[in-house]
Amino acid sequence: MDTVADKVALRRAAQGHFSTWRIDTPFQPRLAELSRTDDWYSWAGYRAPHSLWDEELEYFAIRSQAALFDISPMTKYRVEGPDAEAFLNRLTLRDVSKLKPGRVHYTAWCDDEGFVLDDGTLFRLSADRFRLCCQERHLPWLLDSAVGFEVSVEEETEQVAGLALQGPTSFAVLREAGFAGVEKLKVFDLAEFDHEGGKVVISRTGFTGDLGYELFVERDLALSLWDRLVKAGELRGVRAIGYTALNRARTEAGLIVANADFVTSEHAIRANRLRMPDEIGLGFMVDATKGHFNGRRAILEARARGKLRHVLVGLEIEGNVPAEHAIVYHKKHKEVGLVSAALWSPMAKKNIALASLERPFGDTITDDLWVEIYAMRELQYQKLMKRAKVVQRPFIKLDRRTANPPADF
Amino acid sequence: MKSWDAIIIGGGHNGLVNACYLQRAGLEVLVVEKNGWVGGAATSRELTPGFAYSNCSYVCSLFRPEIMRDLELPRFGLQVISYEGGAVLTRDGDYLANYRDHDAHRREFARFSKRDAEAYDRYARDVTRQCRFIQPLLMRTAPDPTSLKPRDLGELVYLARKFGELSAAEISLMLRFWTMSISDFLDEYFETDVIKANFAISGIIGTALGPMSPGTAYVLLHHYMGEVDGSVGAWGYARGGMGAVTKALAASFEASGGTIRTGAEVERVLVKGGKAKGIVLAGGEEIYGKVVVSNADVKRTFLKLVEDKDLPDVFLRRVRNFKIRGSSGKVNIALDSLPEFPALPKNSPCYRGDLHFTDTVERMERAYDDWKAGRWSADPFLDMMIPTTLDPTMTAPGKHFMSCFVQYAPPKIEGRDWTDADRDGFAESVISQIADYSPGFRDRIVHMEVRTPRELEAEVGLTEGNIFQGELTFDQLLFNRPVPGYAQYRSPIGGLYICGSSTHPGGGVMGAPGRNAAAEILRDLAKPRLHMSPAHDII
Amino acid sequence: MTSFDCIVVGGGHNGLVAAALLGKSGRKVLVLEAAAEVGGAARTEEFAPGFRTSSLAHVLNRLHPDVVKELDLERHGLRLKRDAFIPSIALVKVGSPLILQGAYGESLTGASATEQTSWRGMRAQLLRYADILKPFLSRRPPDLGGLSLGETAALGQMALALKRLGKEDMRDFLRVLLMNVADLLDEQLSDDRLKGLLAFDAVLGAHLGPRSPTSLLGLYYRLAGEIAGEAGAQLLPEGGMGAVVSAIGAAAAKAGVTLRTGAAVGRILVENGRTTGVVLKTGEEIGAAIVISATDPATTFLDLVGPRDLDTGFVRKVSNIRMKGDAAKLHLALDAPPAFTGLDASRHKGRLVIAPSTNHVERAFNPSKYGEFSPEPVMEITLPSFSDASLAPDGACVLSAVVQYAPYALKEGWQTGKAKFQVAIMAQLEAYAPGIGRTVRHAELLTPADIEARYHMRGGHWHHGELQADQMLVSRPVAGWSGYDTPIAGLYLASAGSHPGGGVSGAPGLNAARRILQRRKEA
Repeated sequence: MDTVADKVALRRAAQGHFSTWRIDTPFQPRLAELSRTDDWYSWAGYRAPHSLWDEELEYFAIRSQAALFDISPMTKYRVEGPDAEAFLNRLTLRDVSKLKPGRVHYTAWCDDEGFVLDDGTLFRLSADRFRLCCQERHLPWLLDSAVGFEVSVEEETEQVAGLALQGPTSFAVLREAGFAGVEKLKVFDLAEFDHEGGKVVISRTGFTGDLGYELFVERDLALSLWDRLVKAGELRGVRAIGYTALNRARTEAGLIVANADFVTSEHAIRANRLRMPDEIGLGFMVDATKGHFNGRRAILEARARGKLRHVLVGLEIEGNVPAEHAIVYHKKHKEVGLVSAALWSPMAKKNIALASLERPFGDTITDDLWVEIYAMRELQYQKLMKRAKVVQRPFIKLDRRTANPPADF
Repeated sequence: MKSWDAIIIGGGHNGLVNACYLQRAGLEVLVVEKNGWVGGAATSRELTPGFAYSNCSYVCSLFRPEIMRDLELPRFGLQVISYEGGAVLTRDGDYLANYRDHDAHRREFARFSKRDAEAYDRYARDVTRQCRFIQPLLMRTAPDPTSLKPRDLGELVYLARKFGELSAAEISLMLRFWTMSISDFLDEYFETDVIKANFAISGIIGTALGPMSPGTAYVLLHHYMGEVDGSVGAWGYARGGMGAVTKALAASFEASGGTIRTGAEVERVLVKGGKAKGIVLAGGEEIYGKVVVSNADVKRTFLKLVEDKDLPDVFLRRVRNFKIRGSSGKVNIALDSLPEFPALPKNSPCYRGDLHFTDTVERMERAYDDWKAGRWSADPFLDMMIPTTLDPTMTAPGKHFMSCFVQYAPPKIEGRDWTDADRDGFAESVISQIADYSPGFRDRIVHMEVRTPRELEAEVGLTEGNIFQGELTFDQLLFNRPVPGYAQYRSPIGGLYICGSSTHPGGGVMGAPGRNAAAEILRDLAKPRLHMSPAHDII
Repeated sequence: MTSFDCIVVGGGHNGLVAAALLGKSGRKVLVLEAAAEVGGAARTEEFAPGFRTSSLAHVLNRLHPDVVKELDLERHGLRLKRDAFIPSIALVKVGSPLILQGAYGESLTGASATEQTSWRGMRAQLLRYADILKPFLSRRPPDLGGLSLGETAALGQMALALKRLGKEDMRDFLRVLLMNVADLLDEQLSDDRLKGLLAFDAVLGAHLGPRSPTSLLGLYYRLAGEIAGEAGAQLLPEGGMGAVVSAIGAAAAKAGVTLRTGAAVGRILVENGRTTGVVLKTGEEIGAAIVISATDPATTFLDLVGPRDLDTGFVRKVSNIRMKGDAAKLHLALDAPPAFTGLDASRHKGRLVIAPSTNHVERAFNPSKYGEFSPEPVMEITLPSFSDASLAPDGACVLSAVVQYAPYALKEGWQTGKAKFQVAIMAQLEAYAPGIGRTVRHAELLTPADIEARYHMRGGHWHHGELQADQMLVSRPVAGWSGYDTPIAGLYLASAGSHPGGGVSGAPGLNAARRILQRRKEA
C-alpha cells in the first residue's frame, strides 16, 4: 500500500462483511448445489456442511470410493525466507531439518510452559518455503516467534482453497484427471502440478487413515479444480461429504482434533485444561536433541520431574453403544477421565473412543477401566457401565494408505 | 409513635434493592426519597413532551441476575434488550465495529490489522480469567484483613483458597493486571490505535483517571463483569429506559408491602447514645426506625446527615479523605429523526449499539488532562447511543432519544462552581463532536438536557457528581471501600448502615451493594436470609 | 580459550558488587566492561576542561548496608557519615525556599508551625510504612510457583510487622499502599513547596505523574533506602559517584576479581539451554559456567542471548518491559556559583529541587505521555563542587541536574529537540537563579537517547525498566523470572532491571550473588 488514503480505501472496501456472518469458501457454489440436507455449521466463520445428503453414506464414500471434503477454512500460513527452517525448528516440536523439500509432517507447537498451542501439518514446498495448516489462528504468536529470524509469515487462509480427496479410488481419480506423476507420491510426499495455467499442490496426506490426497490451489482456480476432479471421478464414485462423515473416519484413524479432544492453550480459561504434548499423545514429536524449541525447558522438566498429569488414550469399549462424552471410571467408582470422541466403528466393527485420563490411569494403570454411557432412548437415559480397554491407535490400519504405488481401485 | 423496622434514605436502585430484601424478610420498611420520583440515577423521565429520557445511567449490564430473580423484576415489568454492536468512528471516515459474532468481530478487526484480529482471542482469554476470579467477590462482603473474627478469617481463607487455585502464571498476570494502566495492558496485545481505543473505553468510563493511569486495567474488569441473561460481558437496554429497572424494583417493593415516600428530603439521621433512632425530614418531621440505611454516598451520609460529634475522629478523617471527584456529564437529546452517520452503512447494527468518536488512546488521555486542569474536555470522549433504535416505546414513532455520556467534566471549573455558561460550553463540545460525524445533526435536535457534575449533585445527590459514588482506585476497593474498618456496610453508629455504590463492590447499576448491605443487616437482626438466592457459581 | 568460574557482563556498580561477593567466596571472576572505565552510570567524568561531575547518578541515598558491610567499603575509602548528610531544598521563584534538614526532613525550615507538625506526623508514617517494605529490598521476590520455607518466613515476618503497626495504622497502610502521592499529600499537607518536592521525589525517574495511581510507591522506595543507618538520608560522595564505584572496585580487586575494560560483550553463549561463556565483539571467546548479566534485561536477552535460544512468550515479556527513560541529565560548568532566590550560599551543598507544586509536576508530566518534553521542566540540582572543591577550577562551580520530563521517544526526535529542551531548562533555571545563564561556560545535556548510547542502557532508563507497581517485585524484570535466574541455566541477572530496582544501592548485585551462592550450596 502506498499511501494512507489507499489503506483507508482498502479498509472501507472491506466494510460490507458484516452483512454475512458466515462467509463462503471458494467451493461453496458446488457445495450449495449438492446440498440436500441444508445442514451447515460455522467452521471458523466459514459456512461448512455437517452433511450434504446422508451422513452414513458420506462416511462410506470415504471408505469405499472417494470423498471430496472442503478444507479451505483450515488456517494456513505461508512461511518463507532463508531462516524459515530455523524459525520453524524453534517454533515446532519436530526437527524440521529432517523434513525434506516435497515432504509433509504432522507437528505441534507449544507455549513457554510446554502447553500445546495447536497441532497441524507442515508442508515443505521448497528449501525456504513452507505452508503451515492448523485449526486455530496464531498470527501474533508466529510473528513474535519470528523476531530474530529472517523469515516472513503471512496468513493465506482466504487466498488458498483446500480440498481433501480421500478414499480407495482417490488415486485413480487423480490419475484420470490427468495429474501425471501423482502415482509417485508416497505418503507425506507433495508435488506441484499444472492446473488451468496455475499450480496445484497435491500431497498424499489426509485426515481419514485411508488412501488419500490433499490439494491446495489459488482460490480463483478452486471451482475448475473441483469440476476436474468430479468429472474424472464419475466412474470412481467420487462424492462430496460433510464434517460428520469425516469426523467418524478421523476417529477410526485415531487422529485428534484441537478444541475437541484437547483445549489449545490460547483458548483455555481454566488452568487445568492445558495439555503438554505427552498428555495428548504427541510426545513422539518432541525432539530433545535438535536444539532449542519453544517449550523445551518446560517439557523436559515436566518429564524429568514426573509432572505430566494427563494421558490421551484409545479405548475399546464393550458393546456397541457409542460412549460420547462419557466419564471414565476406575473400578467403576473412581472418576479418572472423559471420552472426547466415540463411535461404533463400521470398519473395525468395534466400539471405539478417544479419552483423556488422569495419570497414572491410562498410563501405568490400564486395567479395570469403565465408561458410564448415558444412552438417550426415547426420552430416557439407559445408563450403561461398560468395560473399556486401552488399545493402540489407530483403531484401523489400512494397507492401502501407504501402499506404493497406490492401488488402482 | 410509629417506628419502622427499617428506613431507607434514598430511593436509588441500591436503596430499593436493599428495601426489597428487608421487606421480604418480614420487616416493615419505609423508603424516603427527596425527589418526586424514585430511581436516583436510574430513571426515565419525560423532560419534553413525547420523549422519555434515561437521563443518568443509560445501560443495563452489571445488574446482578440473582437480584433480578429474587425480586421478580421480570414479573414487575423489566425487559432487557441486548446490544447488537457498537463502533468507534474514526477521523479518516471509517469505523471499527464490535460485533457479537466471534468471526465477524475478527474479520472486522482484520480490516485494520490481521495481527490484532488474531490477538483478540488471547486478550479475551486473559480478561475472562481475571473476571472469573473477581466476579464471585461482587456478592460477598469484603473481609476485614485486620480482624481476627472467625467470619473475617473465614472469608480470608476463602480468598486465599481461590487464589491458591490459580497457577503461578495467573497470579503474576493478576498482580500486573490490577496495577497496570489499560493503555499499557492493551499495548501488550494490540498494535492498532483505534482497536486499543475501542477496548480502553471500558477502562475509563466513570473514573477520574485517564487510560494511561495505572489501575485502569482493573476498571475494565468492573465493566466486563456484567451479564445479560448469563452472557458475560454483554450489555443491554432496559425497555422503557433505565427507569424501568427502578420502576420494577419499586413495584416489587410495594407489592411485598413496602412503603415509599417521595418528595421527602432527609435532613438528619436521629442519633441517640451512639445509636440511630430514625430520621428528621427537611420540614422537621421525625420518623422513627430501628434501622436506618443510607443509599446516599458515604460523604453525604456522614458529613451531612450525621453530626461530627457522633462519629470517631479516625472515621471522620477517612470519610473526608474519600475520593469522590466527578469526572463525567450527560447530554440527553430529543431528536425529531434518526441522525445519519455517513461513515456507517445504512443497515449497520452499530446504530443499535454504542457509538464513540475517540479513535486513539492519546485523545482520551488528552481529554483527561483537561479534567486534571479543572476544565471540561475540549475534545471529549463520548459514549453515545440511541436507545430508541431498539426500544421505540420511549418516543413517538420516527422520533429518537439520544444519550451521550461525556468524559471528562470536573466537579469544579478551575476551582470555582460551574456556571450556566460553562454548562453550555460543555454541551457545545459534545454537539460539535457529533455534528462532525453526522451532517445535519443540529437541525434534528428538539430538546436537550445537559447535566454536568453540578446537576448530578443537585438532583441525584451524588457528591461532586461522581456516578460511582466514589472513585474506583485501589485505595477505595474491597476492604478499603468506602473506608478501612467500615467496609461491611455498617457504620460507627449502631443501627446505621450504608448501601450505596460508595460501598463494595462499587458503582454501576449492579444492585450488589444494596443486596450485600441487606444481608449484613439481616445478619445483625438475626433474621433468616432464605429469600436471598446464593450468588451464581462460576465453574 | 580462557575460562573463569563466573563472568560478569557490565562493570556498573551492581556488576561490581556481584563480582566482589563472588570473588570473596573464592570464585575466579571476570568483569567485562564495554567502556574505558568501570562504574556505568555511577562514574565521575570530566565534561568540560577542569570540570568533573558524577555523570548520571549524583546523590547517594540508598547504598545497601549489607553491601557496605560485606564489602567493607568504608575500609576501601568510602566515607558515609552523618555529618555529610545534605538537606533537600524546595527552590522558589519568590520568597524563601523550604529546607528539609537531616535525613529526609528530620526538621523543616521555612514552613509554618502547623505544617511542621503535619510533616512530622506524615514523615513518621511514611518511614514506618517504608520500613515494612524494606526487608524486601535485600531478598529474592517470593516464588509464586511454591514458597520456600525462607520465603514463607519472610512473608510471615512482614505480616507480623504489619500487625505491630496496630489496627488503624495497618488499615491506613493497606489503603495508601497503591495510592497516588498527590492525594496523600493533599490529605496531610498544605505547603505547595513541600508537596511539590515530595511529589517530585515520588516520581523521579519514573514515567508517572504525582496523580498517577501507585505513584506513592516511588516515595516508599526512596525512604526504604538508607545511609549510615538513617532512612532517607542522602549525601554527595567526596570525589563524586565515581568514588563509590572505586571503593567497590577496590573490594573486588582485593577479592581477586579480574576487571577488563574496553571489552564489549557481543554474545552470551548458549548450548542446550545452558550458558558456556561469552564472545566479545572482537570475536574472542571466554568460557564460564556462570554468566551474570549486569546490563539491562532487554539487552541481555534480545541482543546478547538472542531470541533463538529463548521461548517466544519470554521474548514477548522482555520486549514488553517498559523501559523508556523520561529523565535527562544536565551538566553546567559555571564561572561562578548560581544565586538561587532566597537561598543562603551555605545551603549550596544541598539537593535543590525545582518543583513548585504537585500540579506543576503533573503538568510537566503531561506532554511526556505524548512524546513531548516539559516546557517547564522540574529538576533536582546539586552543586557537587561545594562538597568536593577538586571537581571545578577555583571560583568556578559545577551544576548537575536531573531534569524531567524528557521522553526517550521524543516525537520530533532528539536531534532537533535537544537544543529546544535545553532552552526550556535554562529558562526554568534562570527563573529560580537569575543571572545563571550568563555564567555558563559549558553545558552538556544528556537526553535519554544520549544516555542510552553512552551508558549502554536501553531506552536511557536508569532503572533499566520502569519502576512501577506492575514491574516490581515478582514482576521484575518479568513475571516468572524475578529471582535473578533466567531460562538459560547458568545465566543470572544482576542489574537494576531486576528486583528491587535502580539507584546506587548495589541491592540487585547483592541479591544475585546471594542467589548464585545459595544455589551452589543446594547443588
